[in-house]
Amino acid sequence: MADVNFTVDGKKLTAPAGTILIEACRTHGIEVPAFCYYPKLAVQAACRMCLVRIEKVPKLQTACTTPIAEGMVVQTETPEIAQARKATVQLLLGNHPLDCPVCDAGGECELQDMTFRYGAPTSQYVEIKQHREEQQWSPVVFYDRPRCILCYRCVAVCGEGMDVHALGVQNRGAGSVIAPNLQDHLDCEECGMCIDICPVGALTSGTYRYKTRPWEMNHVGTVCTHCGDGCKTTLGVRRADDGMEIVRGDNRDKSGINGDFLCIKGRYAFDFANHPERLTKPLIRQADGRFATATWDQALDYAAKKLKEVRDTRGPQAIGVIGSNRTTNEENYLLQKFARTVLGTNNIDHHRTADYVSFVRALAGKGSRAASLRDAGTAPAILLLGNDPTEQHPALAWELRTNVRLNKAKIFVVNTRDIKLRRQAKAFLHIPEGTYADAVRFLGSNDSDFNGIEGAKDFRDALRAEQKLVIFFGSEFRGHDIDALVSFGLSLPEARFGCLADYANSRGAADMGLLPDMLPGYRHVSTPGPFAEEFPNLPQTPGKNLIEMFDAAERGELGALYVVGANPVSRYNIDPASLKNTFVVVQEMFLTETAQIADVILPAANLYEKGGSVTNSYGDLQLVKKAGDRAGVRSDLELIVRIADRMGAKPQQLVPFGRGLRSDSGQSRGAQSGEADRHTIWLASRQIEPKVSPFDPYAVLDEIERLVPGYDIERMNLLAGNDVPTRLVSVESITTPRRDLVLPAEDALFTSGTLGRYSAKLAEVHESHRSIPGATPTETAAD
Amino acid sequence: MPQLVSHPEEVKVISRRWGKGAADIDKYIEMGGYASLRKAVENGPEWVISEMKASGLRGRGGAGFPTGMKWSFVPKQSEKPKYVLVNGDESEPGTCKDHLIFLEDPHSIIEGTMIAGLAIGSKMGFIYLRGEYRYLIEIMDRALAQCYERGILGKNIFGSGFDFDAISQTGAGAYEVGEESALMESLEGKRGIPRIKPPFPAVVGLYGGPTVINNAETIASVPFIIEMGGAAYAKIGTERNGGTRLFGISGHVNRPGVYELPMGYNLKKMIYEVAGGIPNGKALKAVVPGGASCPILRADEIDIGMDFDQLGKAGSMLGSAGVVVLDETVSIIEFALRTIKFYQHESCGWCIPCREGTDWLKKTMTRFYEGYGTVKDIDNMSYLADNMLGRTFCPLGDAAAMPMIGFFKKFRGEFEAYIQANPAAPETQALVELVGA
Repeated sequence: MADVNFTVDGKKLTAPAGTILIEACRTHGIEVPAFCYYPKLAVQAACRMCLVRIEKVPKLQTACTTPIAEGMVVQTETPEIAQARKATVQLLLGNHPLDCPVCDAGGECELQDMTFRYGAPTSQYVEIKQHREEQQWSPVVFYDRPRCILCYRCVAVCGEGMDVHALGVQNRGAGSVIAPNLQDHLDCEECGMCIDICPVGALTSGTYRYKTRPWEMNHVGTVCTHCGDGCKTTLGVRRADDGMEIVRGDNRDKSGINGDFLCIKGRYAFDFANHPERLTKPLIRQADGRFATATWDQALDYAAKKLKEVRDTRGPQAIGVIGSNRTTNEENYLLQKFARTVLGTNNIDHHRTADYVSFVRALAGKGSRAASLRDAGTAPAILLLGNDPTEQHPALAWELRTNVRLNKAKIFVVNTRDIKLRRQAKAFLHIPEGTYADAVRFLGSNDSDFNGIEGAKDFRDALRAEQKLVIFFGSEFRGHDIDALVSFGLSLPEARFGCLADYANSRGAADMGLLPDMLPGYRHVSTPGPFAEEFPNLPQTPGKNLIEMFDAAERGELGALYVVGANPVSRYNIDPASLKNTFVVVQEMFLTETAQIADVILPAANLYEKGGSVTNSYGDLQLVKKAGDRAGVRSDLELIVRIADRMGAKPQQLVPFGRGLRSDSGQSRGAQSGEADRHTIWLASRQIEPKVSPFDPYAVLDEIERLVPGYDIERMNLLAGNDVPTRLVSVESITTPRRDLVLPAEDALFTSGTLGRYSAKLAEVHESHRSIPGATPTETAAD
Repeated sequence: MPQLVSHPEEVKVISRRWGKGAADIDKYIEMGGYASLRKAVENGPEWVISEMKASGLRGRGGAGFPTGMKWSFVPKQSEKPKYVLVNGDESEPGTCKDHLIFLEDPHSIIEGTMIAGLAIGSKMGFIYLRGEYRYLIEIMDRALAQCYERGILGKNIFGSGFDFDAISQTGAGAYEVGEESALMESLEGKRGIPRIKPPFPAVVGLYGGPTVINNAETIASVPFIIEMGGAAYAKIGTERNGGTRLFGISGHVNRPGVYELPMGYNLKKMIYEVAGGIPNGKALKAVVPGGASCPILRADEIDIGMDFDQLGKAGSMLGSAGVVVLDETVSIIEFALRTIKFYQHESCGWCIPCREGTDWLKKTMTRFYEGYGTVKDIDNMSYLADNMLGRTFCPLGDAAAMPMIGFFKKFRGEFEAYIQANPAAPETQALVELVGA
C-alpha cells in the first residue's frame, strides 16, 4: 500500500496506509503505552492508556484504533496525556493488591512500569480494596483475580490466537473477572499463552509461581527439546545444589521462529532435567547381572576397551551404532564420523520419524523448493496432508491459524481424521484410512470422482489454481508416496514442501548422516566425494539399518552396540534376550528399557545442558545454548570424544579444535548471560573464536559448514540467535528405504516420549485431561 | 397501566393515536395507518430520504444526530444484508416515553421501521425492547403477527415487490445495551459491550451488514413526516430542531407524565404550566432536563428552550428528554449518590476509566453520604469525574461523569455544608503518616 506522511511529536514519519497509529509509532521507536493492545490480535481499546492528542480532533484519541492519515499531526506525550494515563494507573491501583514484593511478575510487570513512568505516588482512596480468592484453573494455570487489570489479552489470545476459546469475562462493571468458559477449569491445550501475554501477575504458571524473582535467574534463549518445530524457549535458570535448576520456560523476547507462540512442552516440560531418577553416575553391569556405580575413568575405559576388542577381533561389521533425534547436529555428525572413521563401520542408524531420505531424492535438484516454518505464516495457500499439527506441531498450527487470521491464507486439509485445523481450512478432504497415496494421485489426475467423496473435485480444482502453494505432509508419506506428492507439487508453479518429523533434531539426525547408506548431506557411502579426501578408508558399502542390526544381534552377529540417546528396545519392541551376546554401551539420562540391558551406562546431558545446533523439521538451523550444568552428567559430544580417545583415535582428527587464531581465556562457551552471547558474536566476527577444547561443538560446526552440503550457512546470523534455513542438496540417486524404518513417535500435545515420561508437570496435565469426560487418553510413547 | 396525561399546549404527532386502541391493526388502519408506508413505497427510497432530511428530525435517543443523514450513509450496494434496528432499550433514569409508544401505538413503530427499510434497501427489521418491558413484548408480537396476516409484512407488500420482515427481541437488563453497538452485540447473543467505531453501523453493523439503528421515538415520528411532508414537520419545532418531542416529566410536579411538545418549548413553562407546577407550594431547587446523564440545572437556569442547541449552550443536554424536577426538600448529596449508584451498577466494565471510575465515585459518595466526608473527598470525586470525561470507550463514561461534575460545580456549597452538618466526621485517614519535618 502507498505510504502516508504524518507527524508524531514533531518528527516527520511515513508508514504504509492503513497502519494503526500505535504500530506506526512503535515502528519508529516512539512507544505509546498500552495494556490491552497486543500486536496481531484484535484491537480492544479497553485500557485507554494509548490516548494521544491528534490535531483538529476535540478529544484525546486511542492510538490503537486510529489508522494513520496523510498529514496527521500527533502528540504522544504532553502534560494532558500524561495526566490521563496517570489517572488510569491510579484507578487500576485502587483495587490492586500491590503485593509486588511476592508477585511473580514483580520486575516484569507492565503495571509497575506504567506506575514508574507516570507516577501515582499517593493513594486517593480510603475505602477497603476489593479482594477475591485466587483460583486454579488447570495444573499449570492459576488466576489471582485482584491483580487482574482486565486487559482481556488472555481472552483474545485463547480465542483468536489458539482457537480454543477457553476464557471469557464474567459479571460486569467493577465486578468483572476473567473466568473459564467451562465452570471452574480450562478445557484447553494448556499452552500457557494466557500467562505469557498477561501484562501483570494475574495469570501465573503452575511450574514457576512463587519460586523465585525474575532477576535471580539467568535467562537463556535456546531451542525446545521436544517436537520437530524447534521453537525458541527462554529458560530461567538458577543455582541449585546439584548444578543448575531450570525454574521457568517462557517466550521472553518473542525473537524466535515461533514468534509469539510457545506450547505446553516448551513452557513447562523442562522438569525432566531435575527428575530424581536422573542418572548421575556411570553404571557398569556386574557378573551377577546387577549394575554398580563406577568412576568415569572405569566406565569409559571399559566401554572403549570392549568396543576396540570387538572391532579388532570380530571386525567393524560386528558393531552397530544408534544415534538420537534429540542430540545436537554436532553430536550426530561426530557420532557418524566416529562410527565410520574410528569403528570403521556404516552400521549406523537412528529412530526415523519421517522419510527424509526419500524427500531429498524426490526434491533432487529442486532444493530451493523446501519450505521453512516461516513460510507457514506467510504463504498465501497451504496444503496439509496427514499429521495433526495441533497435537504434533503446535507452532506450525499456530502459524497456520495466524496466517489465515491476518493474511486470509487458504488452507487445504487432506486427512483421514477430522483434525482441529479443519476449522481454519478453506477446504477439507476427508479421506478413508490408508488412501493418502490415492488422494495424491487424484489431486494430480483429471478424474471426476475420488472414493465418492462429495466436493473432492472442487477441492482439487481450487487447490490446483493456487500459484504459491506450500505443502506440508506427515509421516503417513514415505518412499514413493513422497515422490508422487512432490511430482504433483512440482506441476504447480511455485509449490514448496515441508516434511514433518517428530523430534527436536529428527531432521538433523538424517542430515548429519545417522544413516547406514548416507554420509552427512545425503551423500551415498559409495561415492564419498570430499569426505574421502579428508577421511581415508571410509567404508564404502552400506551398513546395517536399525532393524537389521537387531536381526544380526539375534543371530549372534552383533558383538557390540553403541546407543546414544535412544530407546530402540522400547520403541521397536526388541526382545532384550536377543541382545544377550552383544556388548551394549548406552548414553542416557534415565534408566530406559534400552539402558536396562546395557553393559555400560554413561549419564548424559540433555539438550538444555549443552551447546550446539539443531535443525527443525523444515530445515531451519538454530543455535542451542547451555542453560546450566548438572553435576554428574556429560554431553554426548564429550563422551564420544573420550571413548574415541581411549580407543586410540586422535581427538584432533575427530574435532578440529585449536584452530582459533588466539585464545580468549576467561570466556566459556555456553555461558548464560547476554553479555557472553554478544562476546561470542564479537569473537566470531573477527575470526578469533578460540576452540581450545576438543569438546567444543563450534569446532565440529566448522567442519559441518565446510563439508555438509546445504549447511554452508551464515554463521554470524546463527550466533545472533536467528534461525537460518539450510538447503536440501541431493548429489546422486538414492534408493528408497524400507517403509518400516520410519516409525512415527505418536506423541500428542501432552506426551513427549521418554522426556514426557519423566516430566512430572507434563504427566500431571496429561492425567488431568484423561479425567475430563470425552477426552481421548493416549499412551505415553517412549523413545 | 400508566394513565395518559394531556395538555392543550401539546402538538400531537407521535401521540396522536394514544388512548384510542391503535394497538389493534384495524383501528390503526382506520386512523390512517400504513398510508405513509404505501406513499413511501409509491415514491421510492430517494424521495423518502429527501423528506427525512427536510424534516430536520434528529435522533431522539440522546445524541441528536440528523436521521435523514444517518439513513443516507448506508451504502446502496452491499454484499451482506442490510438491517433496520429499533432501539427500544429505554433505560435512562427519568425517561418513560418509548414504552408508551409500544403500548399505545406499536404499529407506528412497525410502519416507521418499514419505511426506513425501504429507504435504505433493507428487507429485515429488528425491534429491540428493554428486557424489563416484558409486558410490551406481547403487544409488539401481536402487532407483528397482525401485519403478517394482512400481508403488510412479508413478501411483495402492496404488490409493489417490496419484501420486509420484522421481529422483536428483548434485552437482558443492561443500560449499556442502549448504546447502539452494544445493542447489536446483545442482539447477536454476545456480552453487551460496545464496539469500536469506526466502522459505524451504517457501514458495518448487525451481523456485519450495513445497519440503520434509530431510537423508537425517532422511528415512530417517521410515518407522520412521510404523511405530512418533511417541510411541514420541520415547521413545528425550532431551527435545526424539527418536530415534536415526548417530554417525560417526573419528580416534584403536580401532573407528571409524558407530554408531546414542540422542540424548543420553554422549560419553565413546561414545569409550571404543562405539568402544573410544584406541589405543596414548595420552591424549585433544580431540574435534570434530559435524563440522569444530563448535567443539572439550578432553579435560576430553567428559563430555556428545550432543544439540543440551547441546552448544549447552557452546559447541559436534551438527552432523552426525561425532565426530573427537584424541589427544595431534595438533598443533592442523596441525589448524587443515587445517580452514581446507577451508573456504577450499569457500567459494563469494558474500559478502565468507567469501570473503576464509577466504582470509586460510588464508594466515596456512599461514605460521604453516610457523614464521613471531607473537603478532600469533594476534590477527589471531582478529579475522578474530570478524568473519566472524554476518555472512556463509549458515552456511558461521560454519562456518569457529566452529572457528577454538574453536582460538584453547581452545588459545591451544599456538599461543604453537608460536611459542616456532620461535625463528628473524622478526617480521612492518611495511609502514610509523615513523621518529622
